[in-house]
Amino acid sequence: MRNFILFLLILVSAIYFQAKSEAYDYPLLNEYAATIIGTPEEYKAMLPDNIRIRNMKLTVFRDREIPEVFWYEDKLRYSLVYQKVKAPLIWIIAGTGAGYNASKMQILQKAFFQAGFHVISLTSPTHPNFIVSASSTMVPGHIVNDSKDLYHVMELIWEKVKDSIDVSEFFLTGYSLGAAQAAFVSKIDEDKRSFNFRKVYMINPPVNLYNSVYILDHMLKDTIEDINSFWTKMTSKFAEEYVEADFIEFNNEFFYNIYKKKNPPEEKMEALIGLSFRISSMNMFFATDVMTNAGYIIPKNLVLTSYSSLTDYFKVCGRTTFTDYFNDIFYPYYHSAQPDLTKKSLISTSMSLKSIEDYLKNAKKIRVAHNKDDIILKTGEIDFFRRVFGDRAKIYPRGGHCGNMAYKDNIAYMIDFFKPEGVR
Amino acid sequence: MIKCGTSFGKVFILFAVIYTLNACATAPVKQESIIPAKRPVSEIIREDVVHPVDAYDPWEGFNRRIYKFNAKIDKYIFLPVVNVYETITPDFMECGISNFFLNLGEITNLTNSILQLKSESTLKTAERIVINTTVGIGGLFDPSTSMGIYRQDEDFGQTLGHYGLKAGPYLVLPVFGPSSLRDAAGLTVDFALYNAMFSAIVNEFNMDSSDEDLLNAGVTILLSIDIRHRTKFRYYETGSPFEYEWVRKLYLQKREMDVLR
Repeated sequence: MRNFILFLLILVSAIYFQAKSEAYDYPLLNEYAATIIGTPEEYKAMLPDNIRIRNMKLTVFRDREIPEVFWYEDKLRYSLVYQKVKAPLIWIIAGTGAGYNASKMQILQKAFFQAGFHVISLTSPTHPNFIVSASSTMVPGHIVNDSKDLYHVMELIWEKVKDSIDVSEFFLTGYSLGAAQAAFVSKIDEDKRSFNFRKVYMINPPVNLYNSVYILDHMLKDTIEDINSFWTKMTSKFAEEYVEADFIEFNNEFFYNIYKKKNPPEEKMEALIGLSFRISSMNMFFATDVMTNAGYIIPKNLVLTSYSSLTDYFKVCGRTTFTDYFNDIFYPYYHSAQPDLTKKSLISTSMSLKSIEDYLKNAKKIRVAHNKDDIILKTGEIDFFRRVFGDRAKIYPRGGHCGNMAYKDNIAYMIDFFKPEGVR
Repeated sequence: MIKCGTSFGKVFILFAVIYTLNACATAPVKQESIIPAKRPVSEIIREDVVHPVDAYDPWEGFNRRIYKFNAKIDKYIFLPVVNVYETITPDFMECGISNFFLNLGEITNLTNSILQLKSESTLKTAERIVINTTVGIGGLFDPSTSMGIYRQDEDFGQTLGHYGLKAGPYLVLPVFGPSSLRDAAGLTVDFALYNAMFSAIVNEFNMDSSDEDLLNAGVTILLSIDIRHRTKFRYYETGSPFEYEWVRKLYLQKREMDVLR
């Protein structure tokens, strides 16, 4: 009998550990493919198609003059997803270059709506809409300042919406750069106490923004011919699929199927990620240059109208890296205000989670979710999260950069963290 | 794309008036002395290289004005109307209305498949028309797609392209949006055919002319709303200051692929 029980115990634990090690079946093993494709349809968490959402606009600075070329960015756009009953309100911050309604933001909106929360979605401070209408410096990338701007915007939005929704408590989250900003916003809140966030959840943050953009910058090999020929080859591959197929819908399934069929080499996928990062950085370079009249890409004092051709600036922005932006606009801007500032100290004090390491160590309300194979982290940087957050860090074995955000286990874990105890 | 509307001319004049008013409202700006950029176009961009963003756009100034005008029309007229439409109409009805107009628009696909001597597309389109008009109750449902007979989008612009006519200058049309000289000409032909077919159908009902005008106007409005409802694009939501360039690039590239298809 005792042997039998022992046998049973061994069997049960074997099954248990087997199940546990196999439990995470997010399908994309390659980190670049995961980053590009995200989560294939059948692996996604079940989320509602329709949610109660209101798209809104906010004037942040009453006296700001909006240049004519940005006539359509005069107000900051955001959205409110609301419940008809008393519920927690979660603020979500978009990643680099992304708007409040980006596809990853929609995943979060739907997941939190389904969980019964109000959701307010915020555009990234690196997005032209934020730079033009809500950034105090208009030179984004400085996480401390950008987070102050976010906090300011959040206070203004709260003033506007507080009478229309019934809120029990405040939560905060963000992905990618938005996750790093969430940590800084949480720290600001410890002093200002406008929200008293009870829980904060960071999804795939960079440890050091400079390191991450450096990696992304170099994924695109940088000669004119290369970018041009890469684009041409890519679109002709794309055209091939399109011309041959009887019926096509452009979504992740389309890319997933191409990936399964063609099995593209890693350097091609790297270049595609680099290109997509460049495309969103271009917008930022242009917006900052216009707003600060830095004379970097657009001649200083040249007033662009809403009818000016921007095609030449498009080309120059396309040939500009984030590192160029750092050296030629970002650093000079902060250096002029603080002459003894070195590049190194600017990076470590304003672009890195390490600058608030002590806070992160002790802030039990903050949890981080990350992927072991996230492409925006330098070798070894993932250990920062293990070391600083301990068991408050959930490190998934794969998923690339934010590729597994919509995966059912990830959504379940995230919602579980926020749900008040005993409610499911 | 299906276009329709007897009241189109009147609406166009109205838009033209709004546009002129809008253009007058722009005041001249005072400029300080201009200092060359630190990363000037002349140094970074080689003229002998063709860039993916380059396009044949000799009327760019005019096009950009129409682009902005369209964005405003969209914001102040189309989107508010579409929002009301989507709020008051149940999803299955929206879907039925879309299917109905898409089925009428098959006439464009059919004639142009024939003109390009594409037997497969012609056959599929004919099958779709028969199945969707009968089993699909006058086109309110689209059983063909669930049977794997997919829509074959063909228009007169593609037909012209098929026979070797290049797209010509890029052209932003008022209200309709991105096009080219070739595609705009094609649109006129498709539009005339569609209208002829529609009035032939209406004639069957033997209505008196005032009722017929009313029906035409109603159908035109509903069709315009339906097209906007089906188009996911929202002006200035891409987050890119280069949206005009992106739309131009993607439109021209897609049309090139459509012609090859």
